[in-house]
Amino acid sequence: MSRTDWEVVIGLEVHSQLNTASKIFSGASTAFGAEPNVQASAVDIALPGVLPVLNRGAVERAIRFGLAIGATVAPKSVFARKNYFYPDLPKGYQISQFELPVVQGGAITIRVGEGDKAYEKTVQLTRAHLEEDAGKSLHEDFHGMSGIDLNRAGTPLLEIVSEPDMRSSAEAVAYARALHALVRWIDICDGNMQEGSFRCDANVSVRPRGQEKFGTRREIKNLNSFRFLQQAIDYEVQWQIERLEDGGTIQQATVLFDPDSGETRMMRSKEDAHDYRYFPDPDLLPLVISEEWIARVRGGMPELPEAMKARFVADFGLSAYDATTLTASKEVAAYFQATVDAAGKANAKLCANWVMGELAARLNKAELDIAASPVAPAQLAGMVARIADNTISNAIAKKVFEALWNGEGGDGADAADQVIDCQGLKQVTDSGAIEGLIDEVLAANPKSVEEFRAGKEKAFNALVGQVMKASKGKANPGQVNELLRRKLQA
Amino acid sequence: MSLSNEQVGHVARLARIALTEAETEATRRKLDGIFGLIEQMQAVDTTGVEPMSHPQELATRLREDAVIETDRRAAFQAAAPQTEAGLYLVPKVIE
Repeated sequence: MSRTDWEVVIGLEVHSQLNTASKIFSGASTAFGAEPNVQASAVDIALPGVLPVLNRGAVERAIRFGLAIGATVAPKSVFARKNYFYPDLPKGYQISQFELPVVQGGAITIRVGEGDKAYEKTVQLTRAHLEEDAGKSLHEDFHGMSGIDLNRAGTPLLEIVSEPDMRSSAEAVAYARALHALVRWIDICDGNMQEGSFRCDANVSVRPRGQEKFGTRREIKNLNSFRFLQQAIDYEVQWQIERLEDGGTIQQATVLFDPDSGETRMMRSKEDAHDYRYFPDPDLLPLVISEEWIARVRGGMPELPEAMKARFVADFGLSAYDATTLTASKEVAAYFQATVDAAGKANAKLCANWVMGELAARLNKAELDIAASPVAPAQLAGMVARIADNTISNAIAKKVFEALWNGEGGDGADAADQVIDCQGLKQVTDSGAIEGLIDEVLAANPKSVEEFRAGKEKAFNALVGQVMKASKGKANPGQVNELLRRKLQA
Repeated sequence: MSLSNEQVGHVARLARIALTEAETEATRRKLDGIFGLIEQMQAVDTTGVEPMSHPQELATRLREDAVIETDRRAAFQAAAPQTEAGLYLVPKVIE
């Protein structure tokens, strides 16, 4: 069987750390980077007799997520104990949800690939449930012992489980990115992958194309970057296919990805698979979420990426591609919206071109987030307005943008006007002045004139270029075209 | 239903309990008794009855998302067998 005869099947489980101030079952802080164990309360370290009390903020974030993906927010859900022994889990069990999770179903639309090959796909979600994080084990040598830091113990997590709907590593990454953008968009998670706020587990299997039954899956644990997610899946898929083509079989297993070697290796086989013995936690009563609460949360939801995309297309006349790009992250969308608000709806397309073009390129080169852009939305809007009213051409605008980027023109919304005035960049639209330049150029380039009259359109463009050059780029190109043609045809 | 000694051993391992052979046998008999009770309960027809997760018909109480705990590390670690650099030390574990 050749490589293309195999179909890849991927499902993802994402642990998204909820950005509450306090822990899910205690009033200890969740701030990152504190001294070891100073944010571990009696509940977090599981002293005898302590009881968990659920954080309203964590539940509210789960509701926000459920609403954002069109899921059912369960009117009643149940916390369960997931039992296993590990030193960073002081209770001997993790409080999680099992049979009745808080968020059930839902879907996310993803966009995969670039350009002509790009396509959209809807990934169904199985569930999302609330649970607590464990502490951290430090395996550096403490006289042959391990060190335990329980600051992270009890940090609220939303574990988001997808259906096995993805068919390539590219789709898995597109889904993970869409989910990452969404949790940040609705402000339930900071999305910081280096700090472990967004961690992915990938369930990967392959099956002969056309076969309905899924192959045996292996689960790759704890992937904390999109690049590792892609690399780990690609390696795992190839490993599974090679093994099957060599006549072997796949055993269900949990594997780890080693970023240094780019390989996955077995952590535990099915025989050692954890037997978690879930049961309802008697310390916690069922979580009941009323219709009124859901309605209140719905009232406070921001406009979601899909709705905003549709609005950009309908109201601003943007293409679906532009609208998708501009809603890829909350920050880009906010920047674009602020620019259009200042420049006016009629200039939305021009704003889009600058945000996705020159601005994105400069930010990328400087490795800056759009929120830290040296050019504020109002300043970009001020410049766009001058392009729109023909004060400057697009070519000159690049010079103006460069000046704005370097902080010329001041901090105000009129920075572009200051730059245009100070550097004398105002476009020449006085037809008398342009005609004067055209006459000079025609007199100096008799050969081009000859060629144009002989039917060479290229010669016309060369003449336009000469006139623009003579005006130092300040002549209005449209006007130059029109006047030059009129003169040549006279 | 009768458990095998291997099954008892498995449950004991999951619970990190070391059992001698005699204890295994005694535990098996106790567990068999519990399973007998469960079998009896399973004979009841519960069609249409909503599974119960808690004996009380109440909803869990919620607290506001606010940090109210202060650092009590020194007091907590005074009871720990071994600590260093603010960490609890435990026998080496690497999975």
